[in-house]
Amino acid sequence: MTSTDQTRFPAGGVSAPPAGHRPAGRSSSRRAETRRKWYEIIGLTTPALVVYVMFVLVPMGFAVYYSLYRWRGVGPPTEYIGFKNYTLAFQDPIFLDALRNNAIIVFGSLLIQGPIALGIALLLNRRFRGRAVFRLLAFVPYVLAEVTVGIMWKLILAEGGTVDALLRSVGLGSLVQAWLADLDVVIWTLLFVLTWKYVGFAIILLLAGLSNVPHELTEAAAIDGASWWQTQRHVTLPLLGPTIRIWMFLSMIGSLQVFDVIWVTSVPAIRSLGASGTMATYMVDNGFFARLWGYGNAVAVILFVISFVAALLFQRFILRRDIEGAITGRAN
Amino acid sequence: MTSALVVAGCNSGGDDEASSESELYKNPVTLTWWHNAPQDGPGKVYWEKVAKDFSALHPTVKIEIEAIETNQLQRTRIPAALLSNDPPDVFMSWGGGELVEQVEADYLKDITDQTKTEVANIGSAAEIWQVDGKQYGLPFRMGIEGIWYNKDMFAQAGISAPPTTFEELNAAVTKLKAINVTPIAVGAGDKWPAAHWWYNFALRACSVDTLKKASKDKVFDDPCFVKAGQDLKAFIDTKPFQNNFIATPGQNDPTSANGLLANGKAAMELMGDWNRGTLDNVATDKAKLAKFLGWFPVPAISGSAGDPKAALGGGDGFACAKKAPAECVEFLKYIASPEVQKGYAETGTGLPVVKGSEAGIKDPALKAILQATSEASYVQLWLDTAYGSTVGTAMNDGIVGIFSGKGTPEKVVAGMKAAASK
Repeated sequence: MTSTDQTRFPAGGVSAPPAGHRPAGRSSSRRAETRRKWYEIIGLTTPALVVYVMFVLVPMGFAVYYSLYRWRGVGPPTEYIGFKNYTLAFQDPIFLDALRNNAIIVFGSLLIQGPIALGIALLLNRRFRGRAVFRLLAFVPYVLAEVTVGIMWKLILAEGGTVDALLRSVGLGSLVQAWLADLDVVIWTLLFVLTWKYVGFAIILLLAGLSNVPHELTEAAAIDGASWWQTQRHVTLPLLGPTIRIWMFLSMIGSLQVFDVIWVTSVPAIRSLGASGTMATYMVDNGFFARLWGYGNAVAVILFVISFVAALLFQRFILRRDIEGAITGRAN
Repeated sequence: MTSALVVAGCNSGGDDEASSESELYKNPVTLTWWHNAPQDGPGKVYWEKVAKDFSALHPTVKIEIEAIETNQLQRTRIPAALLSNDPPDVFMSWGGGELVEQVEADYLKDITDQTKTEVANIGSAAEIWQVDGKQYGLPFRMGIEGIWYNKDMFAQAGISAPPTTFEELNAAVTKLKAINVTPIAVGAGDKWPAAHWWYNFALRACSVDTLKKASKDKVFDDPCFVKAGQDLKAFIDTKPFQNNFIATPGQNDPTSANGLLANGKAAMELMGDWNRGTLDNVATDKAKLAKFLGWFPVPAISGSAGDPKAALGGGDGFACAKKAPAECVEFLKYIASPEVQKGYAETGTGLPVVKGSEAGIKDPALKAILQATSEASYVQLWLDTAYGSTVGTAMNDGIVGIFSGKGTPEKVVAGMKAAASK
């Protein structure tokens, strides 16, 4: 999404002020002003652009280049094989499993985190004693480092761990599973951990959105006799739309690229059997551990293209209303 | 004019190499040294002492140590550093397939001529760090794999002597189950600890010639490789391992396989000589561990093509980067000297490789390994190291598939063949 901003930004009408509005005789001072504007734009964006090109665009170019080679990372790449790495990836059942796991995490996050976060945010938006404490509690998991969360849940979910003990103590011992060892269960366990970890972020985002809902509107609704639920449904939620859509966007991209929690919580064997791996963990397992550097780069490019296309489609069809002025409108 | 320049260039190059030999220790140099003992412990402390001692002997040499966790070191840091123009001078090397790749890419210093004495002193173990008869690194640690076990549990279960055949091992498993003890712990979650069971079945099913040929040509057509998987499957079907072994990590964690053995929750574990140190790390009662811990070689399988006295093993060594100063080779020789090796043996973190350093070994289990290592008719390097990371990873993935119940013996071999062509 950044690259679209970057490339379209300079075209925002700065270089071509609308003709016909130019007052005669003042064109030289207008030109000087245009020039000054350009200096400002160049001066202020150059450092960021240089960093962006060096650390984003150039490595991306290298990744595409390396992905066309059979390369083990020893010596420079010499054996050009075209798109073979890409076809190999889509023939590998473990990679297809990774795609499926990513899809589960994307839709699982949207469908589970969204409603939970919305419900909690609406509740926390009301005035009551200890509200700050609840807000803090909801946000704590998001602040914890991914590695900490992973190790913590690994211990909680271990055989005979906290979860098992809890289930047994309330008489639900039959539900006890090999949470992280059962190949059919592990992805749902990980989805639960991811939800626990990231729901706080959605809550904070939605609370920020809620604070922008004008008090007058909810007050007016209340005066008109709307119940709390009716007020939320017909006043608050529509006004919260932009925030929800931005969160959906961030959640989707994050879920496509998810790596650390999966890497730490699930073990290598479970990942390599396809039960818990994602595209990102597959990339590292193959690129670094199996020393298939060209192949790993191809997976990185596939991950990038999928994320990029998803981002573009989301912007085009869902975020359009929210960002209309920012991208398509004239800057002045 | 141009040709004169080229000739001059050649000459000066030749002079440089000749003079670097005679100018040893004349100019100040800094050696960067990457090893794999990042955790505070006897290993890390000892390497610091070795570097300091070497600098004291040769004041012109300064050594800068970087200690990096093994996987990170081998998989990302060293390959990336070798690709750049500024690799470390001395770094970890496991020998085998990875060393061959590094030599083919011209990254390593040929140390054949300078290390003849050391190689003779180390014996056949030094061959793992050779490519086409030339020496590219020296080991400091080497040992074979075997089964670490709890003597107290064996006594309780009425097992009179360590098993020498798989029939006896199976009988021992049954007896241990009868007293409600987990017979064998395996860290299948990390893949390689589980894969080592398959390696041992392959070692018993395949002849030494087949194994040597497979390491060299990466061809796995011999039916013995499928046989290894079949034997493994039959063994897993006797249910000798702990519950949920597919998610159990290998080492350095109380819930790991060696945590189970160290804390009296399982009776056996298949592991290399370094296990003495890692068991100590996770044991809640080190004194108790030292009392019950024993070791025996992997049992033989009757009527198989493999040599029953062959063993799986491997070691850690160091190699010098191509561009490293000549002092680098002197440092390798220093590490492989009997005095430094004896000191290493005293740390109890692994078995030394040089004759004359055995006196440093105190632990009875390590002494048993040393004896078995010297009695082994043939030491096969860990298969994943011998075949290189690409085939090794595919092989381990396939083996873990058998452990999970999803894979088959044939799929392991098919995966290895596919990886060899990737």
